[in-house]
Amino acid sequence: MEAVKRTEEIVHGVAPKATSLTSQVFRRLTRNRLAIIGGAILILLMLISLFAPIITKVSVGWGRDEIDIRYIRAEPSARHPLGTDSAGRDNFTRLLYGGQVSLSIALSSVVVYMAIGVIVGSIAGFFGGWIDNLLMRLVDVVQSFPFLLLALTIVAIRGPSVANLVFAILFLSWPVPARLVRGEFLSLRERDYVEAARATGASPFRTIVRHMLPNAMAPLIVNATLEVAGIILLEAALSYLGFGVSQPTPTWGNMLTEAQNLGVLTRMPWLWLPPGLMIFLTVLSINFLGDGLRDALDPRLKQ
Amino acid sequence: MGQYVLRRLLQTIPILLGVSVILFIIVHSTPGNPYAYLLGPRTDPKMRQELMDRMGLNDPLPVQYVRWLKTTLSGNLGYSIRSQRPVTEMMAQAIPNTLILTGSAFLFGLLLAIPIGVVSATRQYSAGDYAVTTFAFMGISLPAFFSALIMVYFFAVKWPIFPMNGITTPGQPFSMWDLLYHLILPTITLGLRDMAAYTRFTRASMLEVLRQDYVRTARAKGLAERVVIYKHALRNGLIPVITLLGFSLPGLFGGAIITETIFSWPGMGLLSFTAVGNRDYSVLMATNMFFAFLVIMGNLLADILYALVDPRIRYS
Repeated sequence: MEAVKRTEEIVHGVAPKATSLTSQVFRRLTRNRLAIIGGAILILLMLISLFAPIITKVSVGWGRDEIDIRYIRAEPSARHPLGTDSAGRDNFTRLLYGGQVSLSIALSSVVVYMAIGVIVGSIAGFFGGWIDNLLMRLVDVVQSFPFLLLALTIVAIRGPSVANLVFAILFLSWPVPARLVRGEFLSLRERDYVEAARATGASPFRTIVRHMLPNAMAPLIVNATLEVAGIILLEAALSYLGFGVSQPTPTWGNMLTEAQNLGVLTRMPWLWLPPGLMIFLTVLSINFLGDGLRDALDPRLKQ
Repeated sequence: MGQYVLRRLLQTIPILLGVSVILFIIVHSTPGNPYAYLLGPRTDPKMRQELMDRMGLNDPLPVQYVRWLKTTLSGNLGYSIRSQRPVTEMMAQAIPNTLILTGSAFLFGLLLAIPIGVVSATRQYSAGDYAVTTFAFMGISLPAFFSALIMVYFFAVKWPIFPMNGITTPGQPFSMWDLLYHLILPTITLGLRDMAAYTRFTRASMLEVLRQDYVRTARAKGLAERVVIYKHALRNGLIPVITLLGFSLPGLFGGAIITETIFSWPGMGLLSFTAVGNRDYSVLMATNMFFAFLVIMGNLLADILYALVDPRIRYS
């Protein structure tokens, strides 16, 4: 060991710093320019959404649902930088608040169903046998559902509300992480260190959480990142079609609903272009970041 | 191979049953009485109760499910609450229209994506490659309903080149050209995302193949670069792309819901969406089952295609 260290000192002039896996991944990620731009835009969008009440108060001074009765579907002006919608509400203000709703629904539901998926996948992959068989058949069934149509059906039957929308997302999405974790666990189960943990009498819970899950994290992180984009698109599509978040709560998706009116679509692009572009920008940044993460976490993919 | 396909087909039966049970529970978990519309608001409550009893709508859910399963298996999908028409008849009209749209969107995506992906991979890190990669990234990030709105705004309103919606010009006798003319905007809307995804996929797959030893061997033999790429590399590079055929099937039909709704294209997507809006039980059951069946068949198709095009894979 000493000899190796000395050789390295001779070769490089200095002793190499011990690098943890996390910092290696982080270094590889920061070298990917697109991923950094994506991450930066994403953080910026989150900050803007988070501080929407303050920003709008200072800049335009309108409330989220405040109606400016003499200005309905007004053109952009100093009073309303992006005009007003068909109820006379300030479009710029709602755009910022809309991000708050869209992003928080996507982030929170991804966190929750990832947790569900990880639990189900861990149990299936760790115990195997009939438990695995049963859980995986359930995964097969849920994955056979037409995603968008069943989400629409659930929300339509149970009534449009944020709770039902999130329920539909959770119900349909947990199988993907469950499959991922199970697949990883099937191979991890055979590793020596897992066997060692078991031999020392570690409980299944401890073995899973301390020894196996950390080694299955890489594909999960990539998947979770990209899934946030998918859920933002799904929420937007459902809200656009009128089966997601309903008025007066603004989301980027239901703001686009204005464009279903032919007059708005043809003559007032300032009403529907901004929310559409915000969805596009958000999803694009997430995809850049997720792609960068994938490369950083799995160096084998990069030549 | 034949045995494998048969076994997989048999495996789909319990999955479809599972799908139908969960679907039935979801569709019948509605608060309120969905049949109120059917009976009208002024029906005497006692008579309503009697009618519901007679139609079996007050039976326990398992009994209703078994009844649904029996009638469905006999080929009767029930009647639409709204239009009072048999669901089979409505679907028979809608499916061909959806096939036309999804088929042309699929071709549009594939025929553009493969050449673009291949050329981009052979010129990795060139300006063109960066342009393609960026465009593909943007394509997969663009929500379908937003690109549809932009398309309509520019190509149907601002410069009225194409019709805004519908499948044919009303009041005109049917002609192929008219159909194609109406098909263009929905096709681009529906195909754009897939095109971007296929491009990325083709490019990645080709890059992988171009690093293989047999490609180096082919080059070392002194073969022309054209032959190396289009004869040796492309064949293997397209294997994973072909499996996309199966996987993209459900995605295409899912996208059809949005595209058909925006362009009033009278297919399965529009039928499903109208049923969602009307809470039309029998139609919702039928369309959801139809799409679930497609998802399962798509996965099976992907596996079979994979085995067919890649002799290294053998199923037993």
